[in-house]
Amino acid sequence: MIDIFDILKGKPEDSDYKKKGVIIQGITGAYGSLHARNMMAYGTNVVAGVTPGKGGQKFDDKVPIYNTMQDAVDATSAKISIIYVPAKFFLDAAKDALEAGIKLLVAIPEHVPVRDTMEVLNLANEKGAVIIGPNTPGIMIPELIKVGIMPPMPFKAGKIAVLSKSGTLLYEISDALTNAGFGQSITIGIGGDPINGTRMIDAFDMVKDIPDLEGMVVVGEIGGDSEEILAQRIIDSGFNKPTVAYIAGRAAPKEKRMGHAGAIVMGTYGSAESKVSMFNKANIPVAKRPAEVPVLLAGKMEKSD
Amino acid sequence: MRLLEFQAKELFREYGINLLDSKSSTKIEEGREHAKELGYPFVIKIQVPVGGRGKAGGIQKCQNDDEFEIKYPQVMDLTIKGEKARAILLEKMADIKKELYLSLFLNRSKRCYTIIASAEGGVEIESVKNQIIKEVGLGEVSDEVAREVAKEMGLEGKTAEGFVDTLKKLSKLTIEKEAELAEINPLAIMQDDAIMALDGKFVTDDNSNFRHPELQKYQEKSEIEERAEKSGFSLVELDGDIAVVGNGAGLVMSTLDMLSDNGGKPACFLDVGGGATTESVYEALTLISKMDKIKGILVNLYGGIVKTTVVAEAFLKAYENNLIDLPVFSRLKGTESEKATEMLQGSRTKIFDSIEEAINAAVMEVKK
Repeated sequence: MIDIFDILKGKPEDSDYKKKGVIIQGITGAYGSLHARNMMAYGTNVVAGVTPGKGGQKFDDKVPIYNTMQDAVDATSAKISIIYVPAKFFLDAAKDALEAGIKLLVAIPEHVPVRDTMEVLNLANEKGAVIIGPNTPGIMIPELIKVGIMPPMPFKAGKIAVLSKSGTLLYEISDALTNAGFGQSITIGIGGDPINGTRMIDAFDMVKDIPDLEGMVVVGEIGGDSEEILAQRIIDSGFNKPTVAYIAGRAAPKEKRMGHAGAIVMGTYGSAESKVSMFNKANIPVAKRPAEVPVLLAGKMEKSD
Repeated sequence: MRLLEFQAKELFREYGINLLDSKSSTKIEEGREHAKELGYPFVIKIQVPVGGRGKAGGIQKCQNDDEFEIKYPQVMDLTIKGEKARAILLEKMADIKKELYLSLFLNRSKRCYTIIASAEGGVEIESVKNQIIKEVGLGEVSDEVAREVAKEMGLEGKTAEGFVDTLKKLSKLTIEKEAELAEINPLAIMQDDAIMALDGKFVTDDNSNFRHPELQKYQEKSEIEERAEKSGFSLVELDGDIAVVGNGAGLVMSTLDMLSDNGGKPACFLDVGGGATTESVYEALTLISKMDKIKGILVNLYGGIVKTTVVAEAFLKAYENNLIDLPVFSRLKGTESEKATEMLQGSRTKIFDSIEEAINAAVMEVKK
């Protein structure tokens, strides 16, 4: 079992406790450089960038750039990497990272072919690495480390874990939580693709034993059955922290892909009704609107007191 | 992309899966030629990218010229679940002994291809009984696995051989074209025990299109969809009267849900992507201006980094250029929202603090 907090934060005895190094693949691209700066401004310890052919240069006069992930890892010993390359180049970039020993790989690109994702997941399995995404906003421990593209404003350090398929809904709902006084211990972007490196249940396993966890929020959307499987896991595991869900796409027509590659209902597979009824079975209330999430969470907490 | 039956069958034929003789056309003149070549009786089948064609009258038997002249235009004029006929397929009638079900799909939670097969096919998958479900990894289905499935279905002799052959060919096709779903329903056992694919459904992974120029000809896009794609937008046209625009697929879906809950009818789902700029919002308004029946526009933007003034500029420019004359109901989360509200004073764009207020105002306006 991988301890995500150990990777992102470390242990008090580590020399790099709370400042784990992150490598940015595609740091010189328009998108990569924008988010490299945003991540650094947030306090993430960006130790290297990788852009083939630009090895030896420095990004913004401070972050060394390498030609390959192997060079970057050899120089920095970093275990975390984030990919900002176009979808077509994702497969090579991800293999490069995993072969170099990366243990947490955050895959930002949208439109990665499913076959490429599966190939990367197989390799990650062999290497004992975690993939977040593709098509994810990333992962963060608010006010400590951000490995992703989220804007900083919605988030505040706290004790609620938020798992979300969607990026903007993660921001929207975290914003509502923060305003209601619920900070977040960790937020995990599952991603909007049909195949996710970290599925809802994997993310649940990462957060369920956080010692001071006070609650969990699950932001799902139509498509696939990861919400249903999560609900069943919650029932089976006896997890009893206050949990609230939100599902987007109730009004979406069947057999139409709603923006995300994974957001499609085929027959009854992937329908909002199916997800809502499984959450109900797990005694998890499902909010009708994003703004309702903190209200339901507060209600759950009152009951559990 | 989702292929039509005749397109799926083109691929099936290329991979050697047994099919009845058939011909597709888009005009009755062409159809008449095909009728002569095939000879009666045959079946007239509407080509639409949705299921339930039989129930809707989209599949008709045809015995002679007189019937053909009546039924071809009838089927061509049908609209099934909002989808008009893309083509008509004429297919020879089959002398069937039994109908089976066979599909291969990408199992999202198990992360591998999965076979579903049944000896009782010919009905919608939800009602297919005695399903045999087998996870088969990422590679082609082996002879051994295919034989196991045939055996579990109770197939023997020539029929079993035919089934094994079909399953292996379907698997090769699925993997080579990077499909999410390949379905043959019904897969028929003929009177002579041969196996034939009577229908075909084939859905590929759009994200792998760049590796499949050979599938390009099956790509079906309206002019608006093409422009949306070029701008990096996701667009789904719907049949209501309020256009819904936002950034991020989840947020736009959520806005559709709330609009529907409050009695509004969405005209489209338009996701302009993570960020939002004056240009992208202006282009979104341009696309909406080309759609019919729209009475109002609902905009829901969560811009962490986006300045709302930048978005407000797009609205002002759209009115100035007479691009739109529609009321816009907008919720813009981001910086400089007070200034944006000021900029839009007196224009037909109203800014609201919450999406709920924007939705209520939009629904009231279109009901006027």
